[in-house]
Amino acid sequence: MNNGDARSGRWSWWYLLFVVQFVAVLWPPFYNSLEPRWMGIPFFYWYQMLWVIISAVFTAVIYLATRD
Amino acid sequence: MQEINWIALSVFVLLFGLITWLGFAAANWRKGDLDLLHEWGLGGRRFGTVVTWFLVGGDVYTAYTFIAVPALAFGAGAVAFFAVPYTIVIYPFLFLVFPRLWNVCRKHGYITSGDFVRGRFGNRWLALAIALTGIIATMPYIALQLVGIQVVVGALGISGTGLGADLPLVIAFGVLAAFTYSSGLRAPASIAIVKDILIYVTAFAAIIVIPIELGGFGKIFAAVPPEKLLLAVPGPNTTGAYGSYATLALGSALALFLYPHSLTGILSASSGHAIRRNAAMLPGYSFMLGLLALFGFFAIAAGVAHLPEYAAGFKQFGNNFAVPALLLHSFPSWFVGIAFAAIGIGALVPAAIMSIAAANLYTRNIHREFINRNPSDRQESQNAKWVSLIVKLGALVFIIFVPTQYAIQLQLLGGIWIIQTLPSVMLGVYTRWFNDWALLLGWAAGIFAGTAMAVAVNLKPAYPLALGGHTFPGYIAVYTVLLNLVLVVVLTPLFNALRTRRVPLDQTAAADYFA
Repeated sequence: MNNGDARSGRWSWWYLLFVVQFVAVLWPPFYNSLEPRWMGIPFFYWYQMLWVIISAVFTAVIYLATRD
Repeated sequence: MQEINWIALSVFVLLFGLITWLGFAAANWRKGDLDLLHEWGLGGRRFGTVVTWFLVGGDVYTAYTFIAVPALAFGAGAVAFFAVPYTIVIYPFLFLVFPRLWNVCRKHGYITSGDFVRGRFGNRWLALAIALTGIIATMPYIALQLVGIQVVVGALGISGTGLGADLPLVIAFGVLAAFTYSSGLRAPASIAIVKDILIYVTAFAAIIVIPIELGGFGKIFAAVPPEKLLLAVPGPNTTGAYGSYATLALGSALALFLYPHSLTGILSASSGHAIRRNAAMLPGYSFMLGLLALFGFFAIAAGVAHLPEYAAGFKQFGNNFAVPALLLHSFPSWFVGIAFAAIGIGALVPAAIMSIAAANLYTRNIHREFINRNPSDRQESQNAKWVSLIVKLGALVFIIFVPTQYAIQLQLLGGIWIIQTLPSVMLGVYTRWFNDWALLLGWAAGIFAGTAMAVAVNLKPAYPLALGGHTFPGYIAVYTVLLNLVLVVVLTPLFNALRTRRVPLDQTAAADYFA
């Protein structure tokens, strides 16, 4: 019985992508600045909004990679 | 005094009527025997990926969130944006932990986290602690949803004195109570679809229209006082605002899916795959929440706080009036009606799920465990229906007679309390190594220390922990759940050695946690 990591509950290296998003958004020194702005929006705001999208893509990738 | 906005009110009432009908009609949706608790209280565990997306989205991103997060941005600035990292880091937990929990719960017919802990650790007192924590943490949350309704009703221009002022709230509550009683979880699931469409329409219209009206994002951010735009850079020997920002996000994320209403939403999914897919799809709501947080800045830039027509609203509701005032200021009346209906209906969805979740906990882990050990299926679901009514009535009485500030403070404490169930529930999904009494003691220590710390800082979320000349301001929930865990790990071998009676049976087997 070895049909996929998510199913057997074992560790998958793909889960490291989760760690990346944790570090990216839980370390405020990375993003607590006004510049560079985008469309007039300070970096602090668009950086975190961008990570919402990146983390969703990561999760989708992990889902597809660990599915059966 | 503000006049009644008839057009907006008509649209609002029309949409409210629509969802009332939908709530009752939902009883026949994917029809099941509503005399069974898992049919009434979990919709028969039959919701696929898309319905789960709407249901959990409507459940977790509540009307109160949509009012309070922009209000915090409006008043305090950048700190409010912690909601974004918060709603990013919840999804790895949802992806990894909860499909396992879903599997084991379905296998054994568990409906609540208390059921799972009872089965896993075989200790009904630990299950009781989990259930009580869930119920008590949920009650003020329901009350806050009603605050969401109060604010939009006030913004529609309906005001009065005495009990007359609360009439719209009582009507909304009556509708909510009736369809929850008759349709169970199917009602909020079907209403969530309508509500979320309205919310998305509102958010995207506002994010396009308002910046154009105000002359672009550059101008909007220029109107915000500079000290509010970023987190304060920490001084020497402290992690300052960075520490509290990050721990608030992390702690809130860890607590979120321990709340009974979140778990009810997750357990009603039709498979573990539906949950995993949702971990990738639910960030759609996080993105919208981030946009909504920016509305607080829009409200600053539009200067609504200084316009005489909104003075009464701000006086009554404080910063929570920022978003309604902004919408009134920026949109024609008919669209305001849609937006306010989205917020008002948005309050009913989580309130319904919360009352169902609390009712499930009471029925399974208190009534069945301690009062009537062998209820019939019908008795059990009837019991839950009545408890859901009592829970909502309690929330209504609370919000009418007690100052809103207390509900907010209790909700803050609720977050600190609910996270103490993490070792039993989230870690319990992975291991049975912990001793059941050690878990109970760790829980008690976490609750006690968390409450004491919160009281010491006047019921604020962050506590300035001092260690070796350094200060680490951080979310109390994170500090106290660590204390809880350390205690559990230290006490487990000790209690195991002292155990005279046999180890309680684990009902679950390793294979139960997988599809």
